[in-house]
Amino acid sequence: MERRTIFSGWLLPVLLVLPQLALTIVFFLWPAGQAMWSSTTLTDPFGLRSRFVGLANFRHLFADPLYVATIWRTVEFCAAVSTLAIAAGMVLAIAADREIRFRGLYRVLLIWPYAIAPAIAAILWILLLHPQIGLIGRWLNSIGIPWDYQLNGPEAMLVVVLASSWKQVSYNFIFFLAGLQSIPKAVMEAARMDGAKGFFRFRTVTLPLLMPTVFFLLVVNLVYAAFDTFGTIWAMTSGGPGKSTETLVIKVYRDGIVNQDIGSSSAQSVVLMGGIILLTILQFRFLGRRSGGQ
Amino acid sequence: MHRRTLLTGAGALAVAPAVVPAARAQGAKTKIVFWHAMGGANGDQINRITQQFNASQNTVELQSIFKGSYPDTMNAGIAAWRAGQAPHIVQVFDVGTGSMLAAGPAVKQAWQLVKDTGVKIDFGAYIPSVKAYYSLADGRLPSMPFNSSTPVMWYNKDAFEAAGLDPEKPPATWQEVVSMARTLKDKWASKSQDRMAVTTSWFTWIQLENFSAEHNLPFASEDDGYKGLGAVLEINNAGQVKQMQRLLDMAKEGTFKYGGRDALPDPLFFTDKAAISFGSSAGRGDIVRNAKFKFGVAELPYDPTIIKAPNNTIVGGASLWTMTAPHRTEAEYKAVAEFYRFLGTPEQDALWAENTGYVPVTFAGFKFAEKGGYYTKNPGADMASKSLVRGHLTVNSKGLRLGRLPEIRNIIYEEIEKALQGQQNAKQAMDNAVKRGNVVLRGFQRSVQG
Amino acid sequence: MKGRTDWAAHIVLCIGVAAFLLPIWLVFASSTLSAAAVQRGELTFIPRLSGFGVYYRVLTEPSAGTGPAWRMLMVSASMALAIAVGKIVISVLSAYAIAFFRFPFRLTAFWIIFITLMLPVEVRIIPTYMVMSELGIINTFTGLTVPLIASATATLLFRQTFLAVPDELFEAARMDGAGPLRFLWDILLPVSSANIAALFVILFVYGWNQYLWPLLVATNPKLDTVVIGIVKMISTESLTQWNRVMATAVLALAPPIVVVLAMQRWFVKGLTEGEK
Repeated sequence: MERRTIFSGWLLPVLLVLPQLALTIVFFLWPAGQAMWSSTTLTDPFGLRSRFVGLANFRHLFADPLYVATIWRTVEFCAAVSTLAIAAGMVLAIAADREIRFRGLYRVLLIWPYAIAPAIAAILWILLLHPQIGLIGRWLNSIGIPWDYQLNGPEAMLVVVLASSWKQVSYNFIFFLAGLQSIPKAVMEAARMDGAKGFFRFRTVTLPLLMPTVFFLLVVNLVYAAFDTFGTIWAMTSGGPGKSTETLVIKVYRDGIVNQDIGSSSAQSVVLMGGIILLTILQFRFLGRRSGGQ
Repeated sequence: MHRRTLLTGAGALAVAPAVVPAARAQGAKTKIVFWHAMGGANGDQINRITQQFNASQNTVELQSIFKGSYPDTMNAGIAAWRAGQAPHIVQVFDVGTGSMLAAGPAVKQAWQLVKDTGVKIDFGAYIPSVKAYYSLADGRLPSMPFNSSTPVMWYNKDAFEAAGLDPEKPPATWQEVVSMARTLKDKWASKSQDRMAVTTSWFTWIQLENFSAEHNLPFASEDDGYKGLGAVLEINNAGQVKQMQRLLDMAKEGTFKYGGRDALPDPLFFTDKAAISFGSSAGRGDIVRNAKFKFGVAELPYDPTIIKAPNNTIVGGASLWTMTAPHRTEAEYKAVAEFYRFLGTPEQDALWAENTGYVPVTFAGFKFAEKGGYYTKNPGADMASKSLVRGHLTVNSKGLRLGRLPEIRNIIYEEIEKALQGQQNAKQAMDNAVKRGNVVLRGFQRSVQG
Repeated sequence: MKGRTDWAAHIVLCIGVAAFLLPIWLVFASSTLSAAAVQRGELTFIPRLSGFGVYYRVLTEPSAGTGPAWRMLMVSASMALAIAVGKIVISVLSAYAIAFFRFPFRLTAFWIIFITLMLPVEVRIIPTYMVMSELGIINTFTGLTVPLIASATATLLFRQTFLAVPDELFEAARMDGAGPLRFLWDILLPVSSANIAALFVILFVYGWNQYLWPLLVATNPKLDTVVIGIVKMISTESLTQWNRVMATAVLALAPPIVVVLAMQRWFVKGLTEGEK
């Protein structure tokens, strides 16, 4: 959609768009270019020696079974977090969409968790699940169920999945509620007239109408799970024990910042960019809508 | 209005510059900047040193800035150098030494600094096992030894008594550790779900790096990497595998509990949960402050089936590196050297050790503390120093000189954690660690030989 | 029949509400315990009145690993405000230029801004860090905020809003002889105020909750945000003072929650309309 009415002149608009453009170029395009260049070099941390190695960094990366394992782990993690968070958000929204008492209060009480920082979600969940001081973790051990996510990989994975999806429920809830409210009352009435009941009505009428929201949230949740959970995982397990909770972003951070392996981490950044471009294209293909990238 | 005050507040925070360029304007004082990684009580000691140094003369003004954890501090130093704004001095942890040695023009090595400035620093005054860790192959020192600790064994005397063990006789060999741990578990640890017989902090540093040094086993080829960049890991040999398997077996029978990486398990000891804990001698301050029970300290145990008389343990901690920057003057380097000389004086060395739990890095410093009665007033505080001079200083007990050692430590942690979960045995864990660690070593070698 | 499903809805919602409220309440109540009690695993749901002093202490005194919380809260607040305000300002300007003007390279500019959607901070951590160190803005408030101010999302949102402004408004303004800047200030901004309010909430929460970015660019403890500070407090080498950690967590949670609740009406509308 373009506007017919337009101001004339070019100096003012250029000045107006300049700050945004300058920031974008300096902090987005330059680093992206730098990443692509560094991903083809072997550089020491001080930047004293830099040697072009072609695609060797990528070859090393994909020849490393541990990196491939991390890719799959990230995929599983994202799938688990997205499924849990979307399902919980949908169930709560359907309940809150009913004409019941206190629904305004319920909504407020389910919206505020949007404000919780991922890293702080981690603290809350540590206090629930930590084997020595956590409320639930301690209780499990006291009734004889051995629980120690600092040492048990699957348990650690469960812990970071729970904390990460918990934080995202409220976001999904808000969108599902909006989606439900935009379903015309007449449609629901018609369904009721036809005698569609309970779960059947949900499956045949409500769910199909919610599908655009589900798809949209799926992409947003996948992006969230892949990138924004860094704070949660880093604070809870730092990727351990072993590598059992190491996602791609954790690995980029560890290799690039902690280990100062610039070539490899740049190659990993490029792989991640590829991944997110793929997700964005997917979203456009299926939705024709733009993402909530921020 | 309100928002404006908030923003100005933040502006003020932002203005405090990371590095003060040599400003000649006010007076003739040479300003030097020191980035360190000492938080909490140890950070207070750095502040004391800074004040005393600044008060001790009137030509140099030292500014000390806390930059966070060791890796943060080192990375900040590297980033600053790349931006042409390196501090004059940066505190780099032991395992960062290999990377700093490859820093070429980014650093001015200590021996060079002394040569260029003519400031008198007697490198011979430093304790050999401390000096050896940081030395080049020919014995010259590239950085100044500073905060150095070594692993010791902390034990809970009350727990020993409760278990019917002699609280004055801590285990001296690993065989004794295993049998005493069983007694401690049955008679003490089983009383509460939180208790454990044995745990360890710094698993890789203590149970592998120091275990190898004590038992004169190579950790890596090329004299643990001191002779060249081509070193490969050798921790999958019989001695180390035996120790790893011992700990795995103890974990299985419930006498050893893994409490996490690095210093994470420290609180398990001083909150009365572990009867025996291996940790850094520098943890003393926390233990004295928090422990509500009688505790003792002993040298690391050894395995007599591997060695009859154990070697010295190796140091951990950090040393001070002098960094370069464009337009850095002779006067500034001289000021840095003066500060190093000040740190090495017996009273400063002793004061630092007494207030932090690190060991004195010079003989004179140790003597000074001894004469002052510190060790009689604090029995056991000299255990670390003793441990550093016991046995022989061999090529296997100097320390490690491997690039990207922090990354290798992480790999070892990961493999050990897998073994502790029962996914592999000790031999497999060490084989995997060697295989993966060597990839890292070759990557480092390629990147610095460029 | 209806009664039964209503009960089911009540039960589902109560469980949902409890799943969020109880952990926070647990942390709030337990922050009033002594550090030793928490270390012994004695968390509680009943606050101890005598323990509220911990809030005064964390606000004014440094904790192990960090400075006093008031300082970290100030950094967080400044950062969140700077990002929210900065993003809104430059996005309004660029969206206005793109929507209401024809100028050379207009489409190029649009696409350059647009592709940043595909480059979130997390994927360009290392190269951005390198660029920042070249620019010498590591460990500065500028480095903490300015790189996060560029925003494709906000630009696109405002462009959409502006395009939806009826042409009549524009014609009327032209009749009055209003220049481009007058038009922006007097007509467009008031018309878009609901969007701006909604975006402010979203961006404030976004800025306040940043973790990876400040972890990367601000190693100077003076620039610790409260979120960074808390994670530092649980990863110190000495004994974690859990009561202090919990009190700081409550303090860190409060401001964004207050902002969300206070501006809930605009926020929910803006979020669902803006991001879709």
